Amino acid sequence: MRLELEKRPERSKIMAVVSPIAAVVATLLTGAVIFAAIGIPPLKGLWVFFLEPFSSLWSIEELVVKATPLILIGIGLSIAYRANVWNIGAEGQLTAGALAGSLVPIFANSWQSPLTLVAMLALGVLGGMLWGLIPALLKIKSGANEILVSLMLVYVAQLLLDWLVRGPWRDPHGYNFPKSVSFDGWQTMPTIGDGRLNWGILFALVAAVALAVLLRRTMKGFEIRVLGEAPRAGRFAGFSSDRMVVFAFLVSGGLAGLAGVIELTSTVGQLQPNISPGYGFTAIIVAFLGRLDPIGVIVAALMLAVSYLGGEAAQVALGLSDKAARVFQGVLLFWVLACDTLILYRLRFVPGLPAGETAR
Amino acid sequence: MNFDLHALEAVLLTIVTASTPLLLAGLGELVTERAGVLNLGVEGMMVMGAVAGFAVALTTGSPELGIIAAALAGAALAVPFGVLTLNLVANQVATGLALTLLGLGLSGLIGERFVGQPGVRLPHLHIPGLSDIPFFGPLIFGQDLLVYLSLALAAVVSHVVFRTRLGLVLRAVGDNHASAHALGYSVIGVRWGAVLFGGALSGLGGGYLSLAYTPQWVENMTAGRGWIALALVVFSSWLPGRLVAGAYLFGAVTILGFFVQGLGIGVPSQLLSSLPYVVTIVALVVISRRRGAARADTPACLGQSFVPDR
Repeated sequence: MRLELEKRPERSKIMAVVSPIAAVVATLLTGAVIFAAIGIPPLKGLWVFFLEPFSSLWSIEELVVKATPLILIGIGLSIAYRANVWNIGAEGQLTAGALAGSLVPIFANSWQSPLTLVAMLALGVLGGMLWGLIPALLKIKSGANEILVSLMLVYVAQLLLDWLVRGPWRDPHGYNFPKSVSFDGWQTMPTIGDGRLNWGILFALVAAVALAVLLRRTMKGFEIRVLGEAPRAGRFAGFSSDRMVVFAFLVSGGLAGLAGVIELTSTVGQLQPNISPGYGFTAIIVAFLGRLDPIGVIVAALMLAVSYLGGEAAQVALGLSDKAARVFQGVLLFWVLACDTLILYRLRFVPGLPAGETAR
Repeated sequence: MNFDLHALEAVLLTIVTASTPLLLAGLGELVTERAGVLNLGVEGMMVMGAVAGFAVALTTGSPELGIIAAALAGAALAVPFGVLTLNLVANQVATGLALTLLGLGLSGLIGERFVGQPGVRLPHLHIPGLSDIPFFGPLIFGQDLLVYLSLALAAVVSHVVFRTRLGLVLRAVGDNHASAHALGYSVIGVRWGAVLFGGALSGLGGGYLSLAYTPQWVENMTAGRGWIALALVVFSSWLPGRLVAGAYLFGAVTILGFFVQGLGIGVPSQLLSSLPYVVTIVALVVISRRRGAARADTPACLGQSFVPDR
């Protein structure tokens, strides 16, 4: 008995919809097995982890807050991955954006006007873009692998942040804690209602719709798809893959930077050594689960946000480690990629030995 | 002068321990990539090796069993990667990333109860007489087992890849999988072997960190070494000999950072900690620029999936 892949004549439209759902179901089943293995009743575990986050208004608001950076980074990465540009350093670009945005409250602390926030957000985007530009330029100027360079820059950005909050940018009245001054007034993101919900989600939704339009309705979107799926054809059409590398890194870096400064001005409130629970990496999963499509990413980001919240709930209710959420996220990406095979191929079980064996 | 010699010896000894994990993981990935498979999950397989090695060594008291467990854990994590990329032709870049994310999460979960526990250290070799030779003795005859194993493996890999039939098949599969298949070789089979070998060696590299470099378990203790190993493979132009040189160069840079810090020069520690990452970027740029457009030594099918057409 062996497994054989048979290429479909064209992408299966049904499977494109079924595959992410199948991946989520498979992840839930895997989760049940993991829970059973570590002695937690599977149904109770799944309930706490994946359903309780929807049980109250508070937690739904929290869900949206957690999904915001994931949407922003996820849509940027989708554009990049579509164009076959592998930016995996969004976590670093997020950090760079947060650092750039903090220039305002740290060096012009008394400036309070709506423009303060605008300046912070703009600087955040710029910071992320600049950090993303490094691997892009090194890629097109000398051919250095963008995967490795962008990833290395994550560590550099985090060490830079660590140095700044322990050294020059530390709050002089902060009892020596590694923190900057606290942001307040227009240095923070206004909330919607009286809960935790803030304007950040609006930025994320607008950006997602804008990128969806760009991808589907514009020449640039066509260029992205052609260069990603058929680079040779793209070059014959006169599209420059060098310019696409820069474009993809500017978009994904800028959006990651924006996510960083939004996190900073809403949930974190000041610079500190840890400003993100790995949103830049989780967003990679979000991008793939969302089928590398900006609208799909919104749905995927909400689902991944559930795993963050579920992880927190499981800590309290089940005494489960917060690491469990990251395991689920990794498992989910595996299932997504496995199920995606079904879009391009049919699976067939054939009796007999693998092809290579029978040939000899 | 005598004191300086001792200091130099200590520095050289730490350079060896800092280089060995990079060499082990790099060698594994070199073989995987020679077969045409790009596995970006090195970091995840390393960190799983680190936690498995530490846990088994601690519970059994035997660092040797820990080493075996580390290699097995790395290979075990490579299995889902193989199923997805080889059997289900999933995107290798994305699957490798998934492997790293999964490995980091899973190791954190497993290792939680080992945080802060004193580990078991892999013993150094002691050959009476030889190991006691001043300066050269400890350096040449007094390392731990894995240091010798890593260097021996580099020689073996170099020999097998370039001087044997198996190596020829491996390179054929990596350079032109369609032809290799037409000649009757099992492309998927060879690649499975290379992926498992790569996983086992990455696991060993991780195990070295938690059993010899710093015998303890800290979450994410690989700290990007898996990625540096990936860069080293590019840096080495897929040649084991150059990989040894590259790994030791990087080990030296890392230790130099600590050493400068120890001298009490007023340089922020974060700047020195970032040195390996910055050096990796610089090395990638230099090597990619030098090679330029002629990418002759990159395995031609690197990262491409293969579907047998029967």
